Amino acid sequence: MDLVLLSPWDLGIAAALVCLLAALSWMLRLGIGRQLLVAAARSTVQLMILGMILKTLFAQTSLWLIAVMTAVMLAVAGYEVMARQQRRFRGSWGYGLGTLSMFLSSFTITFLALTAVIQVDPWYQPQYLIPLLGMLLGNTMSGIAIALDNLTRNTWEQRHAIEARLMLGHEWQQAITGIRRDALRSGLIPIINAMTTAGIVSLPGMMTGQILGGSPPLEAAKYQLLILFLIAAGSGLGSLTAIWAGSRRLFDERQRLRLDRLTGRQG
Amino acid sequence: MFSADTPLLEARNLHTDFLREVSFAVPRRQCLGLHGDSGSGKTLLLRALADLDVNQGEVFLEGVPRENFTGPAWRQRVALLPAESHWWADSVGVHASSWPMPVLATLGFPEEVLQWQTARLSSGEKQRLALARMLANQPRVLLLDEPTANLDRGNTEIVEKIILEYLESQQAAALWVSHDPEQLARVARRRAGMRKGRLEMEEG
Repeated sequence: MDLVLLSPWDLGIAAALVCLLAALSWMLRLGIGRQLLVAAARSTVQLMILGMILKTLFAQTSLWLIAVMTAVMLAVAGYEVMARQQRRFRGSWGYGLGTLSMFLSSFTITFLALTAVIQVDPWYQPQYLIPLLGMLLGNTMSGIAIALDNLTRNTWEQRHAIEARLMLGHEWQQAITGIRRDALRSGLIPIINAMTTAGIVSLPGMMTGQILGGSPPLEAAKYQLLILFLIAAGSGLGSLTAIWAGSRRLFDERQRLRLDRLTGRQG
Repeated sequence: MFSADTPLLEARNLHTDFLREVSFAVPRRQCLGLHGDSGSGKTLLLRALADLDVNQGEVFLEGVPRENFTGPAWRQRVALLPAESHWWADSVGVHASSWPMPVLATLGFPEEVLQWQTARLSSGEKQRLALARMLANQPRVLLLDEPTANLDRGNTEIVEKIILEYLESQQAAALWVSHDPEQLARVARRRAGMRKGRLEMEEG
């Protein structure tokens, strides 16, 4: 099967649909038309640049260039996680907690997948590494953002109940156990939903892309499965790390609840 | 160190960003009555003593510095009863591992109270059950923040009696915050006033 090349004209038709939606939003006074257009423009520019960068990256297989590229991806994902928190940790924890959790989970799992599962040589071949890492970062990012937001928001809302337990001499782990469990669960729900409906309700984005790009459907399905499993492991590990470290940070060495380590409500 | 005249609870130069150099000592079986305008730091003092807020200074329990205890171990011994109690589970029973049944009976609760739903408790019931929940830990020091604020006269008398009997039988001590001078006269031999984060002992 040949790859059907998209012309600018083809993309223009799809873009026109987005413009139509924006026009509708203006007519219905939804107040989101501007945001929609900005997001569409951003994705166009970002993906075009990415395509060009990947083109040079693929041609060279330079470990240094790849390291810089992954560092930028991680930095942006870390910022995204922080931006989605209603109540962030103050200081370097605000940015560091999500970023470090993502680094630990996404990078190890990508490395594992490249060396043990796909077994490419060298393992950092950008054609495999960058898309895999991107998929993992994108999904662990949402998982960690949701889990952390849940943790800090519920801790804030249930601060009196937590302190009631501390007053009775409970350990901090006991006092926050329910909140921690809920936060972890919420971080895993997106990927569980994705796995549950994969192939029935939705054709996952990556598989769609591969099929449109001309791959045999069964091969595309296998790759999609690999990705889904890796994402599940990645967001699970990432959320676990973030929740564990984050909940520890909410208490000090005397096991007092330290809400002063969170910022006020953002946005 | 454990001589009979070692105070049960002693604070030396306790301070936070609000409290100023608070020093006092309470011997066994005694209650220190604490009064002061709202916003004078009474609740903050109790929270600092229970080590729930960041604070500096020295606090001793029977001569032992609090740093020798972990936070939870300290708070089991120096227990705070807040003005408003909070409940984290659906049924009353799970909030303590071994409820003091005689105390519950004296407070007028039937044995089934442990199956009651916390969401349906009145504020007075909550306050009395919170007292029983705290006494279940057999604390050495009771930090009481208006323990009878939501109670009628009859229940107020019962609660006062339970606490004073507890101090006597367990050789414990208490800090009792109240807006009612008559109550403080009934329960406390010594009294102190809080003003703008400072503690002033009153003679006589």
